[in-house]
Amino acid sequence: MDNFPTEWLHGLIGGLLIGCASAFYLFFNGRIAGVSGILGNLLSNSKNLSSVSFLIGLIFTSTIFMRFFWESEIIVSDSWIALLLGGLLVGFGTRLGNGCTSGHGVCGISRLSIRSIIATCTFMFFAMLTVYITHHHMGEF
Amino acid sequence: MRLITGLIAGSLFGIGLTISDMVNPKRVLGFLDIAGEWDPTLLFVMGGAMLPMFISWFFVKKLKHPLCETDFQIPSKQRINVKLIMGSALFGIGWGTIGICPGPSLASIGTGNVSLLIFVSSMIAGMLLFKVSPFKA
Repeated sequence: MDNFPTEWLHGLIGGLLIGCASAFYLFFNGRIAGVSGILGNLLSNSKNLSSVSFLIGLIFTSTIFMRFFWESEIIVSDSWIALLLGGLLVGFGTRLGNGCTSGHGVCGISRLSIRSIIATCTFMFFAMLTVYITHHHMGEF
Repeated sequence: MRLITGLIAGSLFGIGLTISDMVNPKRVLGFLDIAGEWDPTLLFVMGGAMLPMFISWFFVKKLKHPLCETDFQIPSKQRINVKLIMGSALFGIGWGTIGICPGPSLASIGTGNVSLLIFVSSMIAGMLLFKVSPFKA
């Protein structure tokens, strides 16, 4: 419990960085830093150079940063059924709903977009409900 | 030039996800688990991220075009429709199942963790599935 404040502080600093990155992308590249949208653009026929470079930066810099500067503990489910199902739902759902935590959550809410506010409340609610059911009524996955 | 600014933005974004520990699904699930030992870290991340963006929207409106692209690509849709709600609900269920959303999944894929590889492949499959589905209008 006593190291909680450090985690909050790291959350806040990391969050500010994410926000600055999104602002930077908006000013220079004129786009929303929504990762599902950017990835979706890469899978479409109208690939955009801004999207490509954003993803390269995201993937490679994070890999290097984690390897040499910041040790991250990644505790992830090893149930491949859950991983397959979760991945499919995240992929399909974010495209159908036009955004994820970054696009709707960060960029949309800060723009006071009603669509994004409703989308964020919806996915937060269903995510919490899912965790409630899987963690408290089905045992660990 | 837009390649370099895109690269910088993506890099900063990834470092932010790492420092805030959003790359760790356990931390995200800790936030979503309101009936368990609740971990508010994600709230600080969202708040921290919204602050610079909130300020930015005021200044962006004054620009005719972005500094390195010809025009802005900002969503203009206003309507609340079934697709928005259904998509967000499905995304929420998937997010709650594993604790990973698209940003962190790509930021941590370089670790080579097999679970993450399965998740990301499946997520891309889900996106491709949407592309060929009748829901894509």
